[in-house]
Amino acid sequence: MTEELTLRVWRGDSLGGRFEDYRLERVEGEVVLDVLHRLQATQTPDLACRWNCKAGKCGSCSAEINGKPRLMCMTRVDQLEADVITVAPMRTFPIIRDLVTDVSFNFEMAKKVPAFNPAEPPEGGYRMQQVDIERGQEFRKCIECFLCQDVCHVIRDHDEHKQHYAGPRFFIRYAELEMHPLDTNDRRRLVREKMGLGLCNITKCCTEVCPEHIKITDNAIIPLKERVVGANYDPVAWLGRVVRRKKVRSADEASVQPTP
Amino acid sequence: MPNHETEHHDYDVLIVGAGGAGLRAAIESTRRGLRTAIVTKSLLGKAHTVMAEGGVAAAMGNVHPEDNWKVHFRDTMRGGKMLNNFRMAELHAQEAPERVHELEAWGALFDRTDDGRILQRDFGGHRYARLAHVGDRTGLEMIRTLQQKVVSMGVDVIMECKVLRLVTDADGRIAGCVAYHRPSGDFVTISAPAIVLATGGVGKSWKYTSNSWESTGDGHALALWAGAQLIDMECIQFHPTGMVWPLSVRGLLVTEGVRGDGGVLRNSDGDRFMFNYVADMFRAETADSEEEADRWYDDHSAGRRPPELLPRDEVARAINTEVKAGRGTPHGGVFLDIASRRSAEFIRRRLPSMYHQFMELAGVDITRESMEIGPTCHYIMGGVRVDADTTATCVPGLFAAGEVAGGMHGSNRLGGNSLSDLLVFGRRAGMGASDYVAAGQRAGDLNRPVVDAAIDEAIAPFDRADGESPYQIQHDLQELMQSNVGIVRTGTELVEALTKLDELAARTANLAVSGPRAYNPGWNLATDLPSMLTVSRCTALGAINRTESRGGHTREDFPTPDAELGKVNFVHSQPSGGGYREEVKTVPEPIPEVTPELREILEDAT
Repeated sequence: MTEELTLRVWRGDSLGGRFEDYRLERVEGEVVLDVLHRLQATQTPDLACRWNCKAGKCGSCSAEINGKPRLMCMTRVDQLEADVITVAPMRTFPIIRDLVTDVSFNFEMAKKVPAFNPAEPPEGGYRMQQVDIERGQEFRKCIECFLCQDVCHVIRDHDEHKQHYAGPRFFIRYAELEMHPLDTNDRRRLVREKMGLGLCNITKCCTEVCPEHIKITDNAIIPLKERVVGANYDPVAWLGRVVRRKKVRSADEASVQPTP
Repeated sequence: MPNHETEHHDYDVLIVGAGGAGLRAAIESTRRGLRTAIVTKSLLGKAHTVMAEGGVAAAMGNVHPEDNWKVHFRDTMRGGKMLNNFRMAELHAQEAPERVHELEAWGALFDRTDDGRILQRDFGGHRYARLAHVGDRTGLEMIRTLQQKVVSMGVDVIMECKVLRLVTDADGRIAGCVAYHRPSGDFVTISAPAIVLATGGVGKSWKYTSNSWESTGDGHALALWAGAQLIDMECIQFHPTGMVWPLSVRGLLVTEGVRGDGGVLRNSDGDRFMFNYVADMFRAETADSEEEADRWYDDHSAGRRPPELLPRDEVARAINTEVKAGRGTPHGGVFLDIASRRSAEFIRRRLPSMYHQFMELAGVDITRESMEIGPTCHYIMGGVRVDADTTATCVPGLFAAGEVAGGMHGSNRLGGNSLSDLLVFGRRAGMGASDYVAAGQRAGDLNRPVVDAAIDEAIAPFDRADGESPYQIQHDLQELMQSNVGIVRTGTELVEALTKLDELAARTANLAVSGPRAYNPGWNLATDLPSMLTVSRCTALGAINRTESRGGHTREDFPTPDAELGKVNFVHSQPSGGGYREEVKTVPEPIPEVTPELREILEDAT
């Protein structure tokens, strides 16, 4: 006896669309992306979805599965409890077609990040201790699936904030650069004045959906908020800066890209 | 034939592919002041480079000070069974350390030694611990670092754009290309006097592969169709450790780092069978007992290397033999065991994404149980024939770097050498293309009939009412390549494969697609099939001609190496016109002869 499953997939484009039901055989061990691929090969060859590595490493196949933002390649069908599996595109971004959304907002925000800017390396190369880079390494596990951006209500419910809000993915990038032992820039005023850090009210939705289990709120956003406050008012932080000889930069000064 | 209106762009250097090699090339040509653009089939940062796990090989000597470029060069040539282009192997070994340090200056955070330098790990075929790494996600770190650098430099990146054809001018020089935007389905032409191919591999033509949908050999095919040559296409690396269960993830990569960090291979009898498969070439440097091998992990001078760390071709063939002999696991692989050898804490720290991958996809806790693994199509050593120093092909203005280029790895690539290859030759491609343009080359006019013909061919499937589905053709191609042009090959099966490839090509010319052009995966696949068929044909032809076994090419009917064949590359070209249904000519040509100074290094056994 073969068991069947029902896949309810959003079909449409920027002009509109609807959910359509498809019935398929259940296959042991499959993830949601496998089911979509079988659907493409047998019933709907033009069903649009993004994917690449199918191993949770590239962050291409983000979608909302039974209402929850997840990677389709890492969601086992046998672990979903509903009889009907609903697959919808990420809601925060404009639809291109079916499950594919226009995520260019994220690439625009990436362009605004002033890149890593170290001092010249000493003779024999840079030295860093493992303990000093572990936090940065946690943030660099980010696979840019943009699920944190999708679930962040600052932009999910308020399209107008996309003009001046970098979002969780880029707050961990700013935090990583802020905490990098070799970086010389100071992006704190930039992140407060131009990147909308203050709009985040730490509901931790981003942390909950992160497939890499990065503690976005606790380890990046909250420390970043503290540092930003410190940049303006905290005498201890001021002393720390003097010791680290890191010059305070205005938002405009900080946003200049280093020379290649 | 209608005259198609297309969007048009104009650049000095156009780079096809946004993996490690393409990004590194773009950094170089942009630094030199050239107007550079990258086109990529996917979004920026998703290229196959992210899948690289274990590390980037560079003789920095941070863990073993006695390491240097000469040892790395020797390891690379021996791993490739001496079929390598020696000059590429030399440049690669010499320049890799500087390229890795450069990544650090651009923000990469590699794992550290106790004294704060870049930590290096052991890998198959490398004499010393040589792989700079970040846990088991080194490729992600590399692509992100290069991507962030490229973005900060303001390079134009045209995402989700597929190149259909390169266009040459009346003198046979590169003039540009014709492509389409996947989101809209609209066509675009791009003029550029120099094009760098950095399109990666071909694995998607096999059934079990670690490669993503993108690895369809586009760059190999584009180069061949434009008049360039391909070499060593029969040399395909089957990585020894891919997942075998569940079926839906069969082929997914399990990093060699598992073995580098102490993991061992066992058959269903519980034997560490690799001790039975040590080839004469490696006997002197390989342990002959489990005790000796285990001593080596802690102190490399206390024993010789474990046989699990032989080059990949050796290990993949051994696993294949064990399974065929009936000593496989329930799902047709062998066991990879690190659980009984290292602490759970060590495994989770050193191999976090492997832990995650097995837990979530197979329900296997690798800190407590063995993994089931088997060989998976992973990498093509062969590729576009290039000049080692400049990466130039024989088509003026066309350059190639990374997996799409051939020669560097000979008949078998060592783990970790692909990431360093991307960096070293990506940079050299950027330099080569820049020098070519700086010397005054301008893009000739795009040959309009060629552009229109490419577009006509691409959209023709929409007009066929009852043709076949591209998915069915892809499925049949994968079955064919897996069964007839797989790990172990025979002359009869290879000849049969050529006939069947002809049939698949005829079916491809008659396939049909439905729906709009905008983001239509069925249509996208239809436009990838010509590349897949072209490279599959070259692989089969090379395999028929190479009547010996060497590295990633094993002939059951010719089980040993043939010294004479070890001196030639099989070179493919399309002299009578480029296309997936046009004839491919295959001829042997001598490989460049190693210089006396380098020969001395190779012969130095110490």
